[in-house]
Parts: sequence; C-alpha cells; structure tokens
Amino acid sequence: MEKINFQNFRIDAENICVDYNGKVALYDANLRLKPGQICGLVGMNGAGKTTFFNALTGFVNISKGKIRINGESVRSAQKDQTIAYVPQNEGIDSQFPISVWDVVMMGRYGSMNIFRCPRESDVQAVKDAIKRVDLTDHLSTPIGNLSGGQRKRTFLARAIAQRASILLLDEPFSGVDIRTEKLISELFIQFKNEGKTILLSTHDMIHVREFCDLVLLINKTVVAYGETSEVFTPENITTTFGGISPDFLFGPES
Amino acid sequence: MELCSFLTLDLFITDPLTHEFMRKALLMSSLVAAVCGFLSSYLTLKGWALMGDAVSHSVMPGVVVAYALGLPFSLGAFIFGVGSVALIGFIKQKSRVKEDTVIGLVFTGFFALGIVLVSKIKSNIDLHSILFGSPLGISLSDVKQTIFISLLVVILLSIFRKDLMLYCFDPRHAKTVGINVFFLHYLLLTCLSLAAVVGLQSVGIILVVAMLITPGATAYLLTDKFDNMTVISVLSAIISSLIGIYVSFWFDLETGGSIVLAQTFIFLFAFLFAPRYGIFKLKKLFAGYK
Repeated sequence: MEKINFQNFRIDAENICVDYNGKVALYDANLRLKPGQICGLVGMNGAGKTTFFNALTGFVNISKGKIRINGESVRSAQKDQTIAYVPQNEGIDSQFPISVWDVVMMGRYGSMNIFRCPRESDVQAVKDAIKRVDLTDHLSTPIGNLSGGQRKRTFLARAIAQRASILLLDEPFSGVDIRTEKLISELFIQFKNEGKTILLSTHDMIHVREFCDLVLLINKTVVAYGETSEVFTPENITTTFGGISPDFLFGPES
Repeated sequence: MELCSFLTLDLFITDPLTHEFMRKALLMSSLVAAVCGFLSSYLTLKGWALMGDAVSHSVMPGVVVAYALGLPFSLGAFIFGVGSVALIGFIKQKSRVKEDTVIGLVFTGFFALGIVLVSKIKSNIDLHSILFGSPLGISLSDVKQTIFISLLVVILLSIFRKDLMLYCFDPRHAKTVGINVFFLHYLLLTCLSLAAVVGLQSVGIILVVAMLITPGATAYLLTDKFDNMTVISVLSAIISSLIGIYVSFWFDLETGGSIVLAQTFIFLFAFLFAPRYGIFKLKKLFAGYK
C-alpha cells in the first residue's frame, strides 16, 4: 500500500491554457488539490469543464502553464495509473458490443502486458470493483442492456479497478436513478477516507453543498476557487453563469 | 435420389475446382475476405466507413505509379492510402470545410489522378481489373504479395486486438492509462490501407469498401460480444467470397460484383431476421407468447 502524505498536492495545475486551433477554451486556470479532498467543478456548458478534465488526463495538450500530478508530469501519471476518468453517459457508445466485465477489465489494461492478458490479480481487482458498485448480477450483460445508472456504475467500477488515486468524474449524477445516486454518494465518502482525490463536474448545486469540500467555479477561466462554504455564494454563482441569478437557475430555495 | 444430388454436387462444387485459376481464386479471395472481415469489426465500430471508402479510392494513383516504375504495387498503394488520410487531416485542420466534404474531395481527386495517369502512362495496366478486380487472373507475384500483406495485417490486428477495441470504444480512457493512442490510430489506418490493397484484387477499387464494412455491419446485428463479432464478420466475409466466385463461374458473371452482392444479401438477411436486432424480431416475441 502506498503511503499517503496528506500535505503534498495530488493535483497542481498552474496557469494552464488550452486552445483548439486558435480558439481559447480555457485560460489561466489554477487548481490545487490534496489527498482526501473532493472538489466540485461548476460552470455552464462550454465553460471548459471537459477541457479541464482533458488537460489533466493529457487527452489534450496545454498551450501554456504547468500541470503536476503527485509532483510529476501528466505523462508519468498516465504510466502510473494515477488518474481515472469516469465519462458522462452521453460520452460513450452504449451500443458497443461489450459486457460489464470487459469494460471494468479495461481499467486494468494500463498495468498489463502488451497482449492485455489478465492475471489472477487483475481478475480479482475487477471482481472486487464490480462488487463495490453492486453489479455482480450483471457481469456478462452487454452495456447496451443496462440502465443509465447501471452504466454509470460500470464506469465507476472501471476507475476502482484501475486503483487510481485521482478520480475525475464528468457529471456523475446526471441521468441516474436514486439507488445509484445513493451508492455513488457512499462510495465518495469511502474514497475520501481512502485518501483519494476527487474532482467532479456537476450541474446540481445541491450535490456541491453535500459532498464537496472545495469548489471551482469556471467560465473559460477560474471565477472563484476555495472552500465550498466560502466560495459557493449566490454572487459567485451568478458571475459564473454569465449574470443569470441563481434563483432563476435553481429555484428560490437555493 | 441420393446419387442424383451427389452428381449435382459434383458438377457444381467440385468441377470448378479442377481449374487451377478457380482454386487460386477461391483460396486468395478467402484469405483477403478474412483479413478485410477481421478489420471490418473495428471500422464499423469506429465509424470509419467513409474513411475506408476514401483510402480505397486513393490508392489508385499509387497502384498505377508502382506498376509504371516496376515496384510492388502494394507499396505504391500503401503510400497513397496513408498520404490521403494525412492530407484529409491537414485540410480539415487548416480550413473551415467540414470533414465529410474534405474526405469526399480528397479521395475523388486522388482517384481522378489515378485514372488520368492510367490513360497517360503506356503500360500493360488493365484499368478494368484495377477498378473491378480480377481474382480469376491473379498472378504468382501478386499471390506472394497478398499472402505476405494478409499475414502482416492479421498478426498486427491480433497483437493489438484489445488495445484497438479500447481505442474504438473509449480513446480518452486509453490515453488516461498511458496507452499510445496516436500509435493505435495510425496502426488502424495502416491496416486499412493494406487491407484495401489486397482487397482490390478480389473486388476492385470501387467495391473494396464493401469488403471493409459489410461483414462488420452484418456481425454487429448478430451479437453483443466483440469477440463473436470478429468471428462472425470473418466467416460471413469468407462465405460471401466463396459464394460469389462460384456464382460468377456458373453464370458467367463479374466476380467482384458477385462477391459484394453475396455480402449484401447476407447483410439483408441479418437485417431482417437477426434474433435481437432484426426487424422481424417482434414476430418471434409474439410467437413466444402463444
């Protein structure tokens, strides 16, 4: 078991910029997260949430700035299986001919040999991960036959099987049933106690208040960042959503 | 009765096998079909049908130039196949023209260049056999090349089978766990070019895209497991080739067209009667209730 130093930064992104063919998607963004922290990533569609995730996983190159994962480069974080990405349900082809077991096994690919032959330990990791998300009855079910919530749990299991210390989750609560929502919430608390670092994007403000120690409000760049209780104010949210008041967005009770 | 059907079998199945060119055509086309069928599962899942069409047409000038220079035609085809994809990527990135438009204009440009070159370069190139394939008239050096390329593609696909599946399914995850996505992208493109090269001998440049997408599409309707999909795809491709060649022999039809038509009929059959995804699956459901 790796020793976790709760004082060192897991994620340290400094002034990062990302542009696609000259179009700026994200600029001067900063983020620092320690082990055991859960951070909410909040912003409008097109505000750069997915781009932020892409930069952290190395799926897009940053044009400026620096990203350190556990003090090392993104490249070596990839090699060390440090980061797991849990995609949005819309981000995957649900008709792909593949079973729950095979998807979760993909979490182990990075640490297998070139032929991706599962070892005893890989099989065990996959079994355990599937058990934790309560899908043991669906091992060989094609993902096309799963509900939205079950599919979300499948990808969460893949991240668990990967044994990553950083989890990036794109809209983990969108389109899931109550049972899945409860299960994911419980898992978050377990992850936190295990010292994992979690960054999740969400549209649901209630979830931010419920789980997130920290919140990062973005609109192409960081609008506000800090402890949820301090930063997650109606004024900041209004700024993040381009002047629309949170009352209008979330109803008068928020 | 039994004797009668035995005689028919003898006449229709084994008699063609007494011809050397038929044996060669059946063997070579099955091999080519197997390679294209294997690749086909990946292309249909990745959504690369149009890319397959583009690459297969773009190899035309390569084939002509290679013949003119006395080089192996697969080499020329390969260079132009990969080159077309690079050009498509470049134009797409540097202009505001949409991708399908870029693909369309690049491959037709390459194809036209090939046709012009054929008419200009005096050689013994048979335009007809390039466009429509000539599995019955395949030469010995072509046989060697085809076997070599086919084995190469099958070995590459077998080694990177799972990585390619992951690349088609979720490239972002592949990248996140340190798998070289760039390499896989070009590996798949390389295999596509090579498969197009061997496929064009069977069915010709115009129809080779069918070899690269129809078996995969058929298999996709019949299974929910990736491994099964590959097996079904390869089998349906081989069966289509055999049917196509026999039918073309019995009725004196264009061989390439017959092979592709056989594939299309198998697809239509799956489309109508596939247990889960066919359009008549409802009937089966109702039958179950009674």
